[in-house]
Amino acid sequence: MTSSSFIVHRSSFIDPYDVEKIRGDFPILQRTARGKHLVYLDNAATTQKPQQVIDRIVRYYTEENSNVHRGVHYLSEVATMHYENARGVVKRFLNARSEKEIVFTRGTTESINLVAQAWGRANVREGDEILISAIEHHSNIVPWQMLCEEKRANLRVIPVADNGELQIDEYERMLNPRVKLVAIGHASNALGTINPLERMIAAAHAAGALVLIDGAQGVPHLRVDVQELGCDFYAFSGHKVYGPTGVGVLYGREALLDAMPPWQGGGDMILSVSFEKTTWNALPYKFEAGTPNIAGVIGLATALDYVSAIGLDAINAYELDLQRYATQQLREIEGLRLIGTAREKAAVISFVLEGVHPHDIGTILDQEGIAVRTGHHCAQPLMMRFNVPATGRASFGIYNTREEADALVAGLHKVIEVFR
Amino acid sequence: MSDLRELYQQVILDHNKNPRNFHEMAGATRHVDGYNPLCGDHYTVFVRIDGDTIQDVSFTGNGCAISKASASVMSSTVKGKSKEEAGSLFDTFHQLVTGDASGLSAADLGRLAAFSGVSEFPARVKCATLAWHSLKSALEGNDEKVTTE
Repeated sequence: MTSSSFIVHRSSFIDPYDVEKIRGDFPILQRTARGKHLVYLDNAATTQKPQQVIDRIVRYYTEENSNVHRGVHYLSEVATMHYENARGVVKRFLNARSEKEIVFTRGTTESINLVAQAWGRANVREGDEILISAIEHHSNIVPWQMLCEEKRANLRVIPVADNGELQIDEYERMLNPRVKLVAIGHASNALGTINPLERMIAAAHAAGALVLIDGAQGVPHLRVDVQELGCDFYAFSGHKVYGPTGVGVLYGREALLDAMPPWQGGGDMILSVSFEKTTWNALPYKFEAGTPNIAGVIGLATALDYVSAIGLDAINAYELDLQRYATQQLREIEGLRLIGTAREKAAVISFVLEGVHPHDIGTILDQEGIAVRTGHHCAQPLMMRFNVPATGRASFGIYNTREEADALVAGLHKVIEVFR
Repeated sequence: MSDLRELYQQVILDHNKNPRNFHEMAGATRHVDGYNPLCGDHYTVFVRIDGDTIQDVSFTGNGCAISKASASVMSSTVKGKSKEEAGSLFDTFHQLVTGDASGLSAADLGRLAAFSGVSEFPARVKCATLAWHSLKSALEGNDEKVTTE
């Protein structure tokens, strides 16, 4: 083999994923924290924003700012065009059938509340059941509790096995004709578990129930095709996928959204208003009362274009490698126990360290410039299930590296040193 | 590391590992639950009061090193003190951990001085004061749960 053929051979196997180039797009990664190089491992809480998203929002406010769907003037047309183009970006990103199926909200929480209030109050009756799982975020628990309390319906919980995987056999036994909706996360924010959605959705539909997916932790890590999944509703947040805060999406099947009454009343969601009668606007505007977060929506579309350009499959493969590497390194720390070891996991690693409370771990890592989340991760029932008051959680994103996983491990050794 | 050693002083590490008065109390005059929803720290503080004197203090529960050590030091500091003295210690401690320690002398502080590093860590002030708030509530005659929020 000549040297040149060796190079050609090798280059065809070089990972096209250029993490240094990606890191270069995120200005905040250049800064220090507590005098140390920032190691940002709190991506499940929120992700950092690439310059492209920041610039796009600045450009909107600098050159395009106006209200949408209102004026006949030039700027209103420009703002409306970009706002509606963003809807097209989301539609393609999720592979929805129509832009009418894409409703902009404040975030995942508002998307879920919209379904609980608009669909739930019209369709759930006394004695009906809603299934959620034991590993849900509070935002996919509380709206259903509120609905069930109001309707005297029953909220039932799909149990979780010790490794953090849902007990699917038990789930399938729980399905019955009283179940009106199954609301589950795509991936768990606290454990990383990726749920077997296709099997769960098929089983729910066979039992006559609808399915809502809390995709807050799905969209940043996994390619989502709502038609392939077959889910009825899919909710996600912009800020967890490198977009701005305060903006999110509810995907809903058109026939369902069409049959649902509006949730909030106000401007933009009406066709005509008189004091006697108001006629609702068409989809999706029926669910977008008031002036929306226009800059946020446009920034979100830029973020989705950004991750699409890298490719969700490439992102998933890179993060999986990083997660496996970090898991392996963390397992070697004496006294460290991983909470959540599902076979299918997003790049989220929850752990406890013998004799050290997670809050103390967080403070000591912070002194090293390492940002992790410590606490109950808005999943208190889950913490109870695993009999821990809290955990430490390192969650990885598209710009994290093996060196940062090493920094986490070194930081944890420092924690042990302080507490020895 | 110097800031960390300032926060996790030996007294704190010791009281975290071997908390004093760490048990339920039979015949307590009052007990108050203290909860920090932010991090899940959860303690119950028991007091036995005789007239104006705090005869005994104990606590149960769990949380971070700062909160547990603080509960432990609090329990041994206020035992035998009058309600008024305990109230004044509460004020002293609060000033110390919120960074307003200018008027405090070493004699005022005693063992509490170990918590001086907390003021450099604003996110940890609630950890340090949780058990003290529960004590205060118990001394004021409340049986209600206190939270840091």
